[in-house]
Amino acid sequence: MAKYMLIMRNSGSVENYADMDFEAVINAMGAYNESMIKAGVLVAGDGLTDAAQGAVVEFTSDAPIVSDGPYGETHELFNGFWTVEVATREEAIEWASRAPLGPGNKIEVRRMTDESDFADYKDNEYVQKEKEWRDAGL
Amino acid sequence: MTADIPRTVDAVWRIESARIVATLAKMTGDVGLAEDLAQEALVEALEQWPRAGVPRNPGAWLTVVAKRRAVDLWRRRSALDARYRAMAHDLDETTDEEWEPIDDDVLRLVFTACHPVLSREAQIALTLRVVSGLSTQEIARMLLVPVPTVQARITRAKKTLGAARVPFEAPDPAEWSARLAAVLGVVYLMFTEGYAATSGERWLRVDLAHEALRLGRVLASLVPREPEAIALVALMEFQSSRFAARVAPDGSSVLLADQDRTRWDRGQIMRGSEALRRADAVGRGRGSYALQAAIAECHAVAPSVEDTAWERIVILYEALGRIAPSPVVEINRAVAVSMATGPATALRIVDGLAGDPALRGSHLLPSVRGELLSRLGRVEEARAELLAAAQLTANERQAAVLRAKAAAL
Repeated sequence: MAKYMLIMRNSGSVENYADMDFEAVINAMGAYNESMIKAGVLVAGDGLTDAAQGAVVEFTSDAPIVSDGPYGETHELFNGFWTVEVATREEAIEWASRAPLGPGNKIEVRRMTDESDFADYKDNEYVQKEKEWRDAGL
Repeated sequence: MTADIPRTVDAVWRIESARIVATLAKMTGDVGLAEDLAQEALVEALEQWPRAGVPRNPGAWLTVVAKRRAVDLWRRRSALDARYRAMAHDLDETTDEEWEPIDDDVLRLVFTACHPVLSREAQIALTLRVVSGLSTQEIARMLLVPVPTVQARITRAKKTLGAARVPFEAPDPAEWSARLAAVLGVVYLMFTEGYAATSGERWLRVDLAHEALRLGRVLASLVPREPEAIALVALMEFQSSRFAARVAPDGSSVLLADQDRTRWDRGQIMRGSEALRRADAVGRGRGSYALQAAIAECHAVAPSVEDTAWERIVILYEALGRIAPSPVVEINRAVAVSMATGPATALRIVDGLAGDPALRGSHLLPSVRGELLSRLGRVEEARAELLAAAQLTANERQAAVLRAKAAAL
């Protein structure tokens, strides 16, 4: 078993939702989430609010630059995610393709790292520290 | 790299098979036949999907194909009876999108696969096959037995269900608790078999434990008003949070006290706590899985062995010992008592267990007794107990640890 993150992206931002029956959207998403809970694969998930209300902290060679709203150049906004624990990459893809999403949406499927990905760096000071941070619940 | 068709078929099977088999079992009343028909549909998918593409609703496609196979079978048996006619009619009406599998059927499938007429081995093999949707090869790998053995267990299990005329039904209210306890027992046994594995194929055994956890989650969602089903998920979440820390680089197991707690999976511990809260919220009190989960939670949230809520653990073990009395629970209670109030009281509990037939031949009693005696300064007796424990354990590494402790006294 491995954990995969299903990352939901939308090219048209939330305006697309304006002329949708929001209750129907909630019902469809609810049924989809429920199907993953019933299959015993869903371990986490959250949606994000309007990117226009967010902010972007951009790193430069100098101090980071903070700007309001969505990330400048990108046309695909990250709107939410699910974390599923499944046996294979294909199973994660199969779950992603069942999401009740219309045209303009994309789901990126990415395996999440686990200890095995850092096996060669077990003794690295910062790998050790990260474990301590995680232990402290940070 | 894109998803290739056979692997996609595998993924669809993993997601849908329990519901497909359950639907067919409901229709035919025969889990064995249902599974065979579903397998035939799977073979057909492997032939057709590479050419025709994966259907929009693959679960419905597989179900319809399997149902047609059932009708073909009945036709060949020349049983052109009412049941066949009704079925044929239904199939004509069925379109891909209409298939609505019923959770109750999946629950019936779980109860049937874990039916008391089957041996524990048969229950585990059949559950992994029809509920988890694993192939014979995958099951054999997980259980560390040859493929023909798994095949034989599954075939035999199906024949036994047929011979005993086990109906495809959930148990009656009068039997419900006992049968649910049996199902939870199968899942937890599967988990502990994976959890207890220490060397060699250890990662494959972790797969077995993860499979059990997945099954437990499925089960908890099927019976959301059953606190023990939810509590079992909590217990398995807590225990599997320790997997990474439990195995030393040489493949041997690391005891709880010696584990690197920074390697415990915090996300999993949080899910365990959340599940335990949900089980408690049902409001029917704690059963044995909930009490074990609560004990596991005390360990999971403790920063160190010393800073563990030992007094709370003692109380939880007392409650557990009353609803599920066992000498092993008593020994664990004694260990907790020794941490909470000191070794003298604990030794009295342990001495009360001397001669218990369930502990005869086990290293557990002498090793705990040796530990307590050494803390009390009774060196000679402690050494004798530790050496006796070393003689009794089958685990070489554990024996070495016990001998080293005896020598250090």
